[in-house]
Amino acid sequence: MGSISEFFQHFLNGLTLGGIYALIALGYTMVYGILKFINFAHGEILMIGAYSGLFLFDYFRGDLPYGPLLMIVFFVAMLISMVISAVLGMSIEKIAYKPLRKATRLAPLLSAIGVSFILSNLAAFFWGTKSRKFDYPFDNTAYKIGDVAITPHQILILVVSFLMMVALKLYIDRTRMGKAMRATSLDQDVAALMGINVNQVISLTFAIGSALAATAGILIALDFKVYPTMGAMAGLKAFVAAVVGGIGNITGAMIGGILLGLLETFGVAVLGIPQGLKDTIAFGVLILILLVKPEGLLGKAEREKV
Amino acid sequence: MLSFLLLILIYTGLYAILALGQNIITGVTGMLSLCQAGFFAIGAYVTAILTVSYGVSFWLTIPLAGLFAAAAGALVGLPTLRLKGDYLAIATLGFGEIIRNVILNWDSLTRGPMGINGIPMPTIFGMTINPYKKWGFLLLVWVFVTIFYLLLKRLTRSRMGRALEAIKEDEIAAYAMGINTTRYKVWAFMVGAFVAGCAGSLQAAFTLSVTPNTYTFMVSVMVLCMVVLGGMGNHIAVIFGALIIQLAAEFPRLLGISSTVPPQFKQIVFGLILVLMMIYRPQGILGRKRVNYDQLTGTLEQESLLLRVRRIIRIGVKR
Amino acid sequence: MSLLYTTQLTRAFGGVIAVSDVDFAVEKHSITGLIGPNGAGKTTLFNNITGMDVPTSGKVFFKDEEITGMPAHSISRLGIARTFQNIRLFKEMSVLENVMIGRHFKTGKSMTSGRLLNAVRSYISMKGEEKAIYDTSREWLEFFNLDKFRNESARNLPYGSQRELEIARAMATEPELLFLDEPAAGMNPQETDRLMATIRRIREQGVTVLLIEHDMKLVMNICEQITVLNYGKKIASGNPLEIRENPLVIEAYLGKEE
Repeated sequence: MGSISEFFQHFLNGLTLGGIYALIALGYTMVYGILKFINFAHGEILMIGAYSGLFLFDYFRGDLPYGPLLMIVFFVAMLISMVISAVLGMSIEKIAYKPLRKATRLAPLLSAIGVSFILSNLAAFFWGTKSRKFDYPFDNTAYKIGDVAITPHQILILVVSFLMMVALKLYIDRTRMGKAMRATSLDQDVAALMGINVNQVISLTFAIGSALAATAGILIALDFKVYPTMGAMAGLKAFVAAVVGGIGNITGAMIGGILLGLLETFGVAVLGIPQGLKDTIAFGVLILILLVKPEGLLGKAEREKV
Repeated sequence: MLSFLLLILIYTGLYAILALGQNIITGVTGMLSLCQAGFFAIGAYVTAILTVSYGVSFWLTIPLAGLFAAAAGALVGLPTLRLKGDYLAIATLGFGEIIRNVILNWDSLTRGPMGINGIPMPTIFGMTINPYKKWGFLLLVWVFVTIFYLLLKRLTRSRMGRALEAIKEDEIAAYAMGINTTRYKVWAFMVGAFVAGCAGSLQAAFTLSVTPNTYTFMVSVMVLCMVVLGGMGNHIAVIFGALIIQLAAEFPRLLGISSTVPPQFKQIVFGLILVLMMIYRPQGILGRKRVNYDQLTGTLEQESLLLRVRRIIRIGVKR
Repeated sequence: MSLLYTTQLTRAFGGVIAVSDVDFAVEKHSITGLIGPNGAGKTTLFNNITGMDVPTSGKVFFKDEEITGMPAHSISRLGIARTFQNIRLFKEMSVLENVMIGRHFKTGKSMTSGRLLNAVRSYISMKGEEKAIYDTSREWLEFFNLDKFRNESARNLPYGSQRELEIARAMATEPELLFLDEPAAGMNPQETDRLMATIRRIREQGVTVLLIEHDMKLVMNICEQITVLNYGKKIASGNPLEIRENPLVIEAYLGKEE
């Protein structure tokens, strides 16, 4: 294997990993942009999304063989679990965060940690701690382009995450509701004065973020199975990605996610960082970026008004 | 049954020490740190490594464990100085995970996932404090709880304590009042970590072995729950919180119904505690107690326990 | 020589120049006013002098020593104290504790010799250092007539008293120069009158006062020197009479308001 194709292989692997991080990071960043707080339970929403996707897919598929029909079933399952996660996300906001909007900064954060604990343990209680396999809806034999191998799963990830990101970007930049979201993130009080229904915007933000997380959860599950704590590490790393890109900034989250995916892949493959310390890379990056450029790559430096 | 009760009380003590440390960082200074498990781990491993591989006396390793943890605390504190609440929480969470990852992977020093066994039982005046018999250890742990309680309580009503509290209330105003906020935040981290490190040292001597799996994120969340439940910034409340959380966590076993209650039960309870407390009683069960300086300056002699102890010693000498 | 002066002080936020080439001076023992329409850069200038913000270019001198870019805690140790436009008290702490924090570094210095020993001693008893902090803080509360509130939470004070407490806290640092950022904002006429008297009493303590204020009655009444900013630039400076008659000022500011 030539070093060029080796490079492309790592690049491809990093890109797919990064696509997933980016999807999750978007949820963090959107919520942070509007409420200025980190939704610690985001990873658990991802996990619930993955479970519901798994159950729905297994329920609907019957004995269908690989083929277009099975793919349709897969996407329908994904769509429904996106809705389920969206509803879950909105409910969590209503129950656990909304009463705390005027409280100290610590309060919603602690509440979110509580929610994340409740969700992951409820999942363990109902569905057991054993990991469950999420079958591919297609034959996952890799295609070869020269020396570079690309699996249908990777293609799926790239296509889905790319489409979702473009759709989100268009939605936020081009639609009325998108504009309302941007306005709310700039100044909630003024946005409310302008007739924007802030509560509705916040709910929608949670819904979109949670739906994206469900998608990411299902995409991850195909490779790494479904289990109650699957959201924790993925969530944490995606958060790092959001910070790297500049928290609150949507494009930043996408870039940050992809960058982190690449860094992890190349860190292990090229720099020879042991696999056991792979998870440490993300936190190393986090601490580094917070030291050097705390506002992230695309974020604006936030100044507290004196 | 008694033995189990003693066990719970010993763990309550260990967690109370952790919570007292967390209280300085989160309750008093207002920084949400999720790293207490990491400092706890460092303390435990320092004692384990020093006693097993180097034959250092357990008693000597307690302050060393604290110092190592405090150094780690400074290491966490320094890069996080500029971070606001939420970032800090994640950064410290990451740091805790890094600590555990390093312990897991640094085989030559920590024996990786296997952990370190055969930590010698501590001895005092020729007597062995046998963890299996529990009473001695119970006393030892609670002596430390008392010491840390008194020290930290005194600390918070000192100049430094007021500075830390000012930082929690309004960092910018504190900065303008001549408080070197950066330095004090690192100090708070170091104090909290030192205390946790000492708790780790005691824990190592109690369980006689250490493994990385003891020091998960779950521990940090439990400690945080204790502080939130008791009352942020209130030391006695935090110890109280530790007791409640321990009882809540162990009550299925206490009542002998552990076979019918699923293991997830306690984590769900912790989660509920965090959410419900934040919504309905964010100041905790006991809330914060304000220092009464009028009384403190007027009736000093009665107030200071150390002075009282000193007087008693003096009387003893005269006789 | 002026107690405090800036030379060509500039602060830009991206493309917006909030303070532009300002040469500004405060004379010792004076009460100086800094006025200008909203967004003229007054608070930014304050922040750049007190170390809450770092100027893009230009210099700040206090007692002929350059303090440009020094951290706020060092500047307050040199003898500049301030209040904030939107009151920044330690709300959950008692009124007394607020002022005690103002004494923070005052006792820190006496600890330089035998620091550790002193720390230990003050740890054991409330005598010595802590008692001194307590006593002085009570004196400052008396000065501002706030002592009766000392065990109240700062947040429970009436608005005007909160403003006074903020000044008391600043005065507890025993500054040579006191910055007040819109001290009369939100006050009723009686409270404003009381504030004017208080500011005069502060000056009698030998403290130089610099204030940002929109209440023209207060400014014209008690300030000996006034500097006017508009769009980040200094457009005038002089005594109240000169300012009142300055056509630039009338055009930029007074003309619109009155």
